Amino acid sequence: MTVLDKELNLTVSSSPHIRFLEDTKSIMLDVIIALLPALAVATYMFGIRALILTAVTCAACVFFEWGYRKLLKKTNDIGDLSAVVTGILLACCLPVSTPLWIAVTGAFFSIIIVKQLFGGIGKNFMNPALAGRAFLFSWPVVMSTWVSPLSYDSFFTLNMADAVTTATPMGSLHVASLPENLTLMQSFFGQVGGSMGEISAFALIVGGLYLLARRVITPIIPLSFLLSVAVVTYVFPRGNDNLQWMLWNLLSGGLMLGAIFMATDYSTSPVTIKGQIIFGVGCGLLTVFIRYFGAYPESVSYSILIMNACVWLIDKVSFPKRFGEKSGGIKKAKEADAK
Amino acid sequence: MSGSFFGGIHPDDGKKMSEHSEIENLPAPEQVVIPMSLHVGTPCEPLVKPGDTVFLGQKIGEAKGAISAPIHSSVSGVVAAVEPRLHPNGKQVMSVVILNDGKDATEPNSDAQTDKAARDPKALADIIREAGIVGMGGAAFPTHFKISSGIGKADTLIINGAECEPFITADHRIMLESPDEVLSGIRYLTAAMELNKAILAIEANKKNAIALLKKKIGQEKDIEIRVLKTRYPQGAEKQLIQAVTGRLVPPGGLPADIGCAVFNVYTAWSVHRAVEQGIPAIDRIVTVSGPAIADPKNLRVRVGTPVSDLIEAAGGFNGTPLKVLMGGPMMGVALFDISVPVIKATNAILAMGDESEKSVKDPKCIRCGRCVNVCPMHLLPVYMYISEQNDDMQMLDKLNLTDCMECGSCAYVCPGRLHLVSSFRTAKVKLNKFKADRTKQS
Repeated sequence: MTVLDKELNLTVSSSPHIRFLEDTKSIMLDVIIALLPALAVATYMFGIRALILTAVTCAACVFFEWGYRKLLKKTNDIGDLSAVVTGILLACCLPVSTPLWIAVTGAFFSIIIVKQLFGGIGKNFMNPALAGRAFLFSWPVVMSTWVSPLSYDSFFTLNMADAVTTATPMGSLHVASLPENLTLMQSFFGQVGGSMGEISAFALIVGGLYLLARRVITPIIPLSFLLSVAVVTYVFPRGNDNLQWMLWNLLSGGLMLGAIFMATDYSTSPVTIKGQIIFGVGCGLLTVFIRYFGAYPESVSYSILIMNACVWLIDKVSFPKRFGEKSGGIKKAKEADAK
Repeated sequence: MSGSFFGGIHPDDGKKMSEHSEIENLPAPEQVVIPMSLHVGTPCEPLVKPGDTVFLGQKIGEAKGAISAPIHSSVSGVVAAVEPRLHPNGKQVMSVVILNDGKDATEPNSDAQTDKAARDPKALADIIREAGIVGMGGAAFPTHFKISSGIGKADTLIINGAECEPFITADHRIMLESPDEVLSGIRYLTAAMELNKAILAIEANKKNAIALLKKKIGQEKDIEIRVLKTRYPQGAEKQLIQAVTGRLVPPGGLPADIGCAVFNVYTAWSVHRAVEQGIPAIDRIVTVSGPAIADPKNLRVRVGTPVSDLIEAAGGFNGTPLKVLMGGPMMGVALFDISVPVIKATNAILAMGDESEKSVKDPKCIRCGRCVNVCPMHLLPVYMYISEQNDDMQMLDKLNLTDCMECGSCAYVCPGRLHLVSSFRTAKVKLNKFKADRTKQS
């Protein structure tokens, strides 16, 4: 007897005894990486203030999460990076000219009211960033002042008070006309006015492909969301050009940001495939509905928030079929037995 | 390539550590401890008392009831004690302790009296029952009962060579080193089931075994090799049947209900030996491996050998182990005492280090839904977990908790590192109690 004589301090716990590498932190890190292209475009179009605004919302989100859990003596999990993701997403859906204190207020609402009061990560029923943004519409003028891209005198301009403002494609679409003086290409690559992170469909799609490749998200929610918007806008266009109308609708406003990064949020989307399709299509239909008939041109965030509230119900009606259960109910099973 | 099953995972299989090591004989220990419960079902009644002399292969435990299998001595020598001893399952179980005289003496009149030509199903089933053969893949369900309950119902016989658990290479080695015996055993099982064909299902990662067995089968039509995707839990009975035949075992049902019977390759090998040489189930192949084992090996081990002997034979520990497992890393049992004996269904002894567990202080569900995507039983682990936490029994029942076979795929992928399987075990106990109480009240 050699090594075995030594006192062994063996752990006894339930199987399985091995775990996959990926954890919450690595998933959140992947989401942050996927948002970098959109942030890069925002910085290029609007200057250094885009980065500063993002840094402020991130810092505020992390601080509020840390402070809340510290005050209530709960385990601190700011290391999982989920507050950073919320911070970046919140910045992405703000105009670049948003005063910093307003952005911090939004971060407070996102983290404290929407996320932590419901129990923290995984327990919130609404997307924190979107709910924070919705809250900030308490300052409607701030939230609909759009700085013209590449209009800065100096890349390092911090004061946005004198910035050149512009109309956004969404503004035109909302009054049922195609945007003038703008091409689809400019909109695709992000040379348009709008919330910081939403302007470049191209950058968002690149990020989305990264998330797909890393299997952080599945294509089900983004595809069903985008396809339903595409179908409805093509079939019921405003104006005569179906295709132009559909493409502008797909590339404008918060649609790409919403479909790829917001609607796929784990906590606030269904877990079954059937449920995810219902959820995606629901988001798409509501988006078009609000764009056509709503008072605000902003529609994506509200449609996602409304569908967030339905997730529990959607999951309930989309239970997967039990393994080995006969399909077609009792009647068919009886017929099979009769044979 | 065959069909597949829903969900599943693809863990790093770690089989390289031992798949090229030839099976070595581990000398019988000085003393064996043979629990009277080596199978699923009713424990055996001991047939010997302290002081008795026993031969190698002598029956020392009589099967009680239909779902049971007799137990034989794995050495020759003298019975030292018949008393409760620690079983790998963590309980004290009535066991026969035998001091080995090292002679391996067999009963004088026990020459293989079996007629090789005898392929009478009834006679075969009797031999298999008397030899104490049970499902050697890990479940340890008495083989004779599977045969008798499946005869006439089963039209498809599947031999399970999937071996989907990481690290384990015991079945792989037996297929490589004794292909003729495995094939012969499969043919006996086919005859016992009154069928004329068997499907031998093997995961694609065992290419050399597939090639060798294909060559050995040649033009014969009675055994078909089916190559399966390498995916855990491919070797789980319901998933294997689904992948091979496309049929789904109904909830609460048995493979026989949909015309299938499944046996493990080592079970087939054991049947061959019992029929041709009259040797009962007294030993088995055990893979001794894992990151914390110095020299991983495949060993032929007598039933009743202490686990510590196997670890010693494999060079001892490499560093300090966090856990020692009996069985695979996905479904195996963590041992707290390595003096427990090897039993009939022990296919592996694994020593795991710190890095494989990746446990966190405060596991948290982020509702990512990965558990739903991997569950091969179409369950919703995320909701089962929440319902268990909230003691919501109605919901647990509605979520078909009892369908969970504890394969561990959900917990393996969980990025929040939740203890899902452990939670479901607790939930099953709670649900059973809830249902019993409800019946009492009504």
